Amino acid sequence: MSTRNGLRSYSLKIWRQAGPDKPGNLVDYAVSGIHPDMSFLEMLDQLNQDIVCAGGEPVAFDSDCREGICGTCGIVIDGRPHGPLVNVTACNLRMREFPDGAAIVAEPFRAKAFPIVKDLVIDRSALDRVIQHGGYVSINVGSAAEANQMPIPKDIAEQAMDSAACIGCGACVASCPNASASLFVGAKIRQMMLLPQGKAERTRRVLEMVQQMDAEGFGDCSNHGECEAACPKAITLENIATMRREYVRAALKSGC
Amino acid sequence: MATDNTEAKLDSRAPSGPVETSWERHKRDARLVSPANKRKFTIIVVGTGLAGGSAAASLAELGYNVVNLCIQDSPRRAHSVAAQGGINAAKNYPNDGDSVFRLFYDTVKGGDFRAREANVYRLAQESVNIIDQCVAQGVPFAREYGGMLANRSFGGAQVSRTFYARGQTGQQLLLGAYGSLMRQVHAGGVKMFPRREMLDLVVIDGRARGVVCRNLVTGALERYAGDAVLLCTGGYSTVFFLSTNAVNSNATAAWRCYKRGAYFANPCFTQIHPTCIPRVGEQQSKLTLMSESLRNDGRVWVPKAAGDKRLPGQIAESERDYFLERMYPAFGNLVPRDIASRAAKLVCDEGRGVGSGLAVYLDFSDAVKRLGKETIADRYGNLFEMYREITNHDPYETPMQIYPAPHYTMGGLWVDYNLMSTIPGLHVLGEANFSDHGANRLGASALMQGLCDGYFVIPHTLGHYLAGGGLVSVSTDHAAFAEAETRVKEQVGKLLAIGGRKSVREFHYQLGTLLWDRVGMARNATGLRGAIEKIRAMRDEFWNNVRVPGSGEDFNKELEMAGRVADYFELGELMCRDALEREESCGCHFREEYRTEEGECKRDDERFSFVSAWEYAGRTGDARLHREPLEFDTVHLATRQYK
Repeated sequence: MSTRNGLRSYSLKIWRQAGPDKPGNLVDYAVSGIHPDMSFLEMLDQLNQDIVCAGGEPVAFDSDCREGICGTCGIVIDGRPHGPLVNVTACNLRMREFPDGAAIVAEPFRAKAFPIVKDLVIDRSALDRVIQHGGYVSINVGSAAEANQMPIPKDIAEQAMDSAACIGCGACVASCPNASASLFVGAKIRQMMLLPQGKAERTRRVLEMVQQMDAEGFGDCSNHGECEAACPKAITLENIATMRREYVRAALKSGC
Repeated sequence: MATDNTEAKLDSRAPSGPVETSWERHKRDARLVSPANKRKFTIIVVGTGLAGGSAAASLAELGYNVVNLCIQDSPRRAHSVAAQGGINAAKNYPNDGDSVFRLFYDTVKGGDFRAREANVYRLAQESVNIIDQCVAQGVPFAREYGGMLANRSFGGAQVSRTFYARGQTGQQLLLGAYGSLMRQVHAGGVKMFPRREMLDLVVIDGRARGVVCRNLVTGALERYAGDAVLLCTGGYSTVFFLSTNAVNSNATAAWRCYKRGAYFANPCFTQIHPTCIPRVGEQQSKLTLMSESLRNDGRVWVPKAAGDKRLPGQIAESERDYFLERMYPAFGNLVPRDIASRAAKLVCDEGRGVGSGLAVYLDFSDAVKRLGKETIADRYGNLFEMYREITNHDPYETPMQIYPAPHYTMGGLWVDYNLMSTIPGLHVLGEANFSDHGANRLGASALMQGLCDGYFVIPHTLGHYLAGGGLVSVSTDHAAFAEAETRVKEQVGKLLAIGGRKSVREFHYQLGTLLWDRVGMARNATGLRGAIEKIRAMRDEFWNNVRVPGSGEDFNKELEMAGRVADYFELGELMCRDALEREESCGCHFREEYRTEEGECKRDDERFSFVSAWEYAGRTGDARLHREPLEFDTVHLATRQYK
């Protein structure tokens, strides 16, 4: 394919599925006039413009902030959640990463706990329900003590921040052969476990969150490490190790 | 010009007397709802960002039934998540002279004396509690080695009062509120409805009693009834098409409330943020903001000579113009956003812009030399990484290129001191209201306002409203719900039936580009009058030639966007009218005809020291202007001076 004004063309295979219970399949599309600095989602915007102008129905996909922080987007691109780059969300993935004329496959995040809504849009509310089971500090508004009364060493605060950086996109689940949410859950547990504020509910939190994770249909972790590789926010496997230690500790402590 | 400040509807209800004690006195005088009665009230909260999430969680904690509507798939994704830089609080931890009064003063001055004093004072007072609350929730703010909270400085301030969590402060504060919200969802106090878009407000007996929503997955229209409605739906700068806002941010919920009788205040006040990554191509969907905190260590410059196309490294120090340091020596690179934005526009208009011509350099080489790469990486690492991802350039090696972009809207629905709109029962929180920032918002104060409104103001003022009585029981069977639903259904049907030739996106792009040119960083009467004509023509074309594919009974992004763009045509016109009416320059509103000899803003306090509040009257062109006079008893009106 030729490059005109530095603009590129691609052939795409995109998963189309009308609804959760409808059959789905990969459909071929061609897109051209793509600037290398465009994001992957802007490329899809342009494809959708072409489809709309030709009288078709555009590809449904989710996105919002388009700067890599809200966690709304997420497409499996050429077999990898969020595409080929390390620590980059689909909305921040630029078309310069794909050579002119490349064939690209785009599919939704797949997991039993993430039903497909339409095309590339999935339902990740299972992650909210896991958080509802203790993924917070129980503090009522207006009753907080003076903030500096509770010193937190800088390195502890930094480690907590490393875990808190999770954007809840679900790429860890989509990349895991077991569709486990352990990286997501582990990150929240580790953030709260490290901070003095989270200590009071430490035992209850890990037991309830892990139980809910299982109830939602997420699989177990079997140390593949794919989640860490797919995570756009560099959440490490250490979070899963922490979750396990915390779980054992809590189980022994609570006698269950 | 006649002022209609006698109108009861525009009573600000701000307590008279010393501003330092007004909030305490107001709370003391507020009526209370007894704990046993709170569960009898249902509150509809629209939005789950910092304002909506914190309000929904706080009210459920108090015992109210809360129905919470969320446009995203999860409340954790609200656009508050994207605020990077920090949140202000008058803690004076660095002992550099900060105080509640100083934060209040800076905010009133920063907003160019177009905010309501009492609201701003309350915001400064509660800022202290916000930090306590968030720390207690486990928000991992940056710390000093001794374990104490760290602070940094931000544009428009000479003290370090900004608390931050790397470059992800908004995300962490939102996750704190989200945690509290999830706790209440689990406890049953909040019923959460994700992927819902509010499309109409239901007013019964003159009070806000419910909303009609579209379920964005099934397309079904849903009715929710309650005793009060809290609108926490953020700002509307996506009206410009390209902005720093998320693609789903919109004005529709607020606009539909306006059409039901809520006044829209100061629509022309849009903050243009100076530190955004410049636009590159036609198909771009958004502009990415780089945190203002970068200006703490980055120096802004352009070549002295127009048309100098050499690489930055080839331009000697003597040939560079560090224009912010030159023009505003006292504040230098830390001048407020409107000042920095206009200065960047000025040097680019002189032909000294870099890159595409619409960019200036933000250079860290001095800071790297002075502090070392490690310190810079510690402070701004993730922002540098983000810049590199987007532009393919490494800011450690070569200066960033930045240019201003539409960011935050200070305009919004008019509210009184209780955060109540001109429709009794409709309360408006956070960016969706107009109240605290005047004509320009200082950095690190949006997060502050969202959380202040949700955690600390509405729990008191809503109780006062509810305890006032007179609320009869209503159900979704009421005729007003049927009417609202019919209105929504008709509009959806109309949009789908047009079957024209232009996409929603093309119309949005066309409108946004026009608004950026005419009511963006600078405006003048001729441009605004022309824009109004053009918008009307575009709007006519939209309603005859837009193509919305698919059906109404499905997940249909194009249909969602069509409804929002339809409202933007009307809002865009009102923005122009408001800008035309305001014959002065203040904050982000820069009317080219009203400037000082040095080219700075020239306010006209005699004629324009008021909030403009627009009342819907059938068509946008007929909207009626009301004025809420602003009085400055504590901070004396003065020319903003950052030199």
